[in-house]
Amino acid sequence: MFEVRVHGRGGQGVVTAAEMLSVAAFQEGRHAQAFPSFGSERTGAPVVAFCRIADREIRLREPVTEPDCLIVQDPTLFKVVDVFAGLKPKGFLIVNSHKSFAELEIEEVARRLPPGHAVTVPASDIAKRHVGRPLPNAALLGAFAALTELVRFDSVRHAIEEAFPGRIGAVNIAAAEEAHVHVVATEHAAGVGDHAATL
Amino acid sequence: MLKQIEGSKAMAEGIALCRPEVICAYPITPQTHIVEGLGDLVKDGSLTNCEFINVESEFAALSVAIGASAAGARAYTATASQGLLFMMEAVYNAAGLGLPIVMTLGNRAIGAPINIWNDHSDAMAVRDAGWLQLFAETNQEAVDLHIQAFRIAEELSMPVMVNVDGFILTHAVERVDIPDQDNVDAFLPSYEPVQVLDPDEPASIGAMVGPEAFTEVKYLAHYKQTQALRLITKVAGEYRTRFGRDSGGLVRTYRTQDAETIVVAMGSVCGTIKDTIDEMRDEGYPIGLVTIVSYRPFPSAALRNALAGAKDIVVVEKAISVGMGGPLAIDVDEALRNLPHAPQLHSAVAGLGGRPILKASLHRLFREAVVQPWEGTQFLDLNVRVVGREIHRSAKTRRSGPTAEALLRQLAAEERDSAEKGRL
Repeated sequence: MFEVRVHGRGGQGVVTAAEMLSVAAFQEGRHAQAFPSFGSERTGAPVVAFCRIADREIRLREPVTEPDCLIVQDPTLFKVVDVFAGLKPKGFLIVNSHKSFAELEIEEVARRLPPGHAVTVPASDIAKRHVGRPLPNAALLGAFAALTELVRFDSVRHAIEEAFPGRIGAVNIAAAEEAHVHVVATEHAAGVGDHAATL
Repeated sequence: MLKQIEGSKAMAEGIALCRPEVICAYPITPQTHIVEGLGDLVKDGSLTNCEFINVESEFAALSVAIGASAAGARAYTATASQGLLFMMEAVYNAAGLGLPIVMTLGNRAIGAPINIWNDHSDAMAVRDAGWLQLFAETNQEAVDLHIQAFRIAEELSMPVMVNVDGFILTHAVERVDIPDQDNVDAFLPSYEPVQVLDPDEPASIGAMVGPEAFTEVKYLAHYKQTQALRLITKVAGEYRTRFGRDSGGLVRTYRTQDAETIVVAMGSVCGTIKDTIDEMRDEGYPIGLVTIVSYRPFPSAALRNALAGAKDIVVVEKAISVGMGGPLAIDVDEALRNLPHAPQLHSAVAGLGGRPILKASLHRLFREAVVQPWEGTQFLDLNVRVVGREIHRSAKTRRSGPTAEALLRQLAAEERDSAEKGRL
């Protein structure tokens, strides 16, 4: 089983990100379970959502406490929430930021993970260009597909289309595609080898 | 058709397949997306011959369903928590009048203190009202149970409440196989009422009944529920034959053969319990699970059969009968009462007001039941330190103030302290 925890703020599409990821995994014949950390949702308040992916029925209903992958949609959360709690030693980390891990002052966390397991992506900037609004969720899923190779980009594309039919979907797919390319290029530049995630 | 879909939306699609003729709903918190989804299906023409009525309160929602059902329509509504309490009088009336309404309860806690999260307090508040109460373990079962519920309700002319864990199921996106219309039509014939308000054949429903017959009316309601035990089993069997899935029924067993410890629970927590059991089995613990699907009628005989060989029973439930303990544990105790070598019963209350029930906590609980059994009711993961301080604090002064606020202040102070320690 592969467990993902998405951190963000109300209004950034955190729950939708987890749901779209589950749809992408379902596309590939896998079992997937997405759910929000339940609360009174307010714009701007810290929000968490979860996604589990497995090859058999997922029965577990507890929140994800030891994620295999963290997706951080808002880097201002590091000072507010213990975002990294429970991240597995061989886990993956995707942070939405145009800054490097060093500039974000979380280089130590990133360095503890295996090479090629942590990346920052300017997902909000990418979304602003394609979608017109800084909604980073679709772009981050593109980055997730590139970093973990747990889902194919085509499945992510399909999941975005299903969630947002028509033009909104198309521009979000474009954002996801750019983020995907960005991560592949970053990994290539860093010269990291095979690091695909497994269930 | 297999879909990756939110539980509420899946249930809406399943309910639409049952061709309800009247859906009444009060669409604010604590409502779920179920009626919203049904509203969409009526509006876009996918669900025809159905009137969607937006009412002014939950009391009106069930009252309109009662009227619609008495007039011969297949009626549906959904609610939870305070919404259910607000319709309480109508809940008893629907059952007392024997009207086969199906209602989804997206189980949530009841205030005060105000809390919108999941537990089974609402279902327990109406357990004596005379409705059949079925509990879903997964969203697949939630869909399947609604289809079975209409069939059971109408065959008996009794209302059925389908309980699905609020948020945990209603808001989870997972894989659900939505049945096809032809199969549902074949499984669920159109509604033939046993009583109907018909201007052509005038009759009254809802007579005043004095001491001369009230007992007999109640006896017959109880008798009908005991008959329902057989019907629920039969309907689940037919469902399996047609749809190829084990959904519904009275109880389900998991790895109970040769089990010395058996856990008893209802609803979505059974999934987490099964994973815990698998891990404990790998370590050599002989442990299993009995899932109760039908809470009302309560399947005493089926439960007794399933539990008879065990040494220890651990009942895990998301409700508390304040001043008594876990209501499900009391019912399970009744089922075991006359066994010659009754297993020891251990009662645990867990997941109140949305507290996550963790696998790690269940591991501890199940081991403790065997090696260090507790007296009375255990509150799983209770913050003993905070509770102790509050008891001490409130005993010191007469005007100690409201409990909930005092606990929140304590927790906030603890968080400040640990944050300061983190900085040092």
